[in-house]
Amino acid sequence: MLYDIFIDPFVQMYQMPDFFLQVLWEGFVAGILYALIALGFVLIFKASGVFNFAQGIMVVFAGLTLVGLYENGVPAFVALALTIVVMGILAYGIERVVMRPLVNQPDIILLMATIGLTYFLIGFGEFIFGGEPKRMIAEELWLPTGSTAIEMGERGLIILQHIDIAAAVIAIIMVTALGIFFNKTRIGRALRAVADDHQAALSVGISLNQIWAIVWFAAGLVALATGIMWGARSDVSFALEIVAFKALPVLILGGFTSIPGAIIGGLIIGFGEKIGELYWGGLVGGGIESWLAYIIALIFLLFRPQGLFGEKIIERV
Amino acid sequence: MFYREAGQFKTSYKADQALFPILQDKVGMAVILAVAFVLIPLTANDFFLTSIMIPFLVFSLAAIGLNVLTGYCGQLSLGTGAFMGVGAYAAYKLTTIFPDVNVVFLVLASGIFSALVGAIFGLPSLRIKGLYLAVTTLAAQFFLEWCFIRIPWLYNYNASGAIEVPTREMFGVIVSGAEATPIARYFVVLSVVVFIAFLVANVLRGRIGRSWMMIRDMDIAAELMGIRPLQTKLMAFAVSSYICGVAGAMMVFFWLNAAEPSSYSINLSFQILFMVILGGLGSLGGAFMGAAFIWILPVFLKFIPGTIGLEVGAETVQHLTFMIVGALIIFFLIVEPHGFARLWQIAKQKLRVWPFPY
Repeated sequence: MLYDIFIDPFVQMYQMPDFFLQVLWEGFVAGILYALIALGFVLIFKASGVFNFAQGIMVVFAGLTLVGLYENGVPAFVALALTIVVMGILAYGIERVVMRPLVNQPDIILLMATIGLTYFLIGFGEFIFGGEPKRMIAEELWLPTGSTAIEMGERGLIILQHIDIAAAVIAIIMVTALGIFFNKTRIGRALRAVADDHQAALSVGISLNQIWAIVWFAAGLVALATGIMWGARSDVSFALEIVAFKALPVLILGGFTSIPGAIIGGLIIGFGEKIGELYWGGLVGGGIESWLAYIIALIFLLFRPQGLFGEKIIERV
Repeated sequence: MFYREAGQFKTSYKADQALFPILQDKVGMAVILAVAFVLIPLTANDFFLTSIMIPFLVFSLAAIGLNVLTGYCGQLSLGTGAFMGVGAYAAYKLTTIFPDVNVVFLVLASGIFSALVGAIFGLPSLRIKGLYLAVTTLAAQFFLEWCFIRIPWLYNYNASGAIEVPTREMFGVIVSGAEATPIARYFVVLSVVVFIAFLVANVLRGRIGRSWMMIRDMDIAAELMGIRPLQTKLMAFAVSSYICGVAGAMMVFFWLNAAEPSSYSINLSFQILFMVILGGLGSLGGAFMGAAFIWILPVFLKFIPGTIGLEVGAETVQHLTFMIVGALIIFFLIVEPHGFARLWQIAKQKLRVWPFPY
């Protein structure tokens, strides 16, 4: 038993490095996608202190809109542009209808409002686009498909899906772009000011409502990118929504307010989950992927409650 | 005018501290109980009992359980569904091990197991609060759900992976299993819910309940005043999980007859949380009102298109229900973040001063 837990997995890793690297790659890709979802959470949490449960459904909704438009005869790139417009309208609508009247309510009320939003978007999305899974239009958007096999001498080979590489590249581009946006532009600085102190930001003439609409729009764009990437790997369906819960342990690891934290947390969770499932999952009957991320986050919380890069604001009793 | 306490003098501390100090409350409660125990069984048909009243009571109990934790002790939990599942599976195992023991007793005993599990998953609450705690309860949710699927012992190695409730009698009347009549189930569920609700109401106004509220309102001050956070929080987790566990056991024994792990998924947790929030955090009456709203509204919405002569597919209705429930949740949060309980208080105040505005 102890041998199975502490020695056998490592022996396997050493003996079959190609399989191990493949697992690492899978973990990397899963981690990137978790990180993208977590990124949407962080954006909104930083600017408004709202914990946006609806990010997962926004991913599904963006993907569904894109595919739905394409299926109705709209060319792929026009559909993409229209989806961006739809996400903009959604962001403005959320700010106007949900967030503005709920300013200054306790956290739990805002959290519940985003869960209510989730329910609304589930119903709305299914009502318009139907509940069945749809195929993502990856080729039409010039995303690479197919795969490359890298040989490792005598040791076997690793298979890399091109779409995964594209996902990683896009994630890196998005994080860099967001970083520049936050640090260099006027709106980005206003966003950070709002995140620091709402009242002070108001008093120097920053419009909270405008900023919040922009933040939700940015989160919508992140959701769209996530939806395209994730949809290209599997299908666009409402099952994706459950994946969004994985963003929570990612946030715990990375800290709620840190963009690099979201990326690194996503990668840790992605690696940990895949390695845990494939090397240790068999011991307890498999399927531990569904909760391992939370347990990792739980253990982490006990030692570093503010996350890797978070602000030290956590209170304890 | 209708709800005035003027002229009702208390001559002892005991009378002053009573659960229902005002005559109108006593009468109101008696009327509600009379309706629940006499009028509804006499008039209701089977559909009303099985699709509305029994689920409503079960969810009310679960909402009371979560309210103890979230509303009174201030600890946010997203694992209610899983704790209910623990109760259900524990009750199922207990009936297989002790087939001769009264099933209601076993249902009540099954809550003890979910209380233990709840207390274990409540341990991190000593170091973390708020959303962080919500994540640890999510861990409980997904871990326990996994256990229900992967540990065949829990469902007696059933090929289907579901638990099916055996037929059990109480005082010569079949109360659980497929043959039980709705009326028998209704009486069992109602009695358990009323019993636990009164028990909880008394716990909440006593020393334990007050210490929970102190932890909720200001934990540091509570600790300075001699409340021990460890015991208090864990007690809240245990009591809350006990009630949720009993609710979960009743859900499968007296309502669904069979349950799969997916019956106790995260969606159930959210549903219960909605009931608590919409009903009003920190209010027992609110738990009932929230449960009624969240459970009965979709049932009601299902029948609207038919009655006004619209031909709408069942799926469309379901989607629309999701939209309407989501929109109404947001609407109520905006209009009255303190839930139906606050609306009820406002109504009582209006009744008190009527016909004058104030």
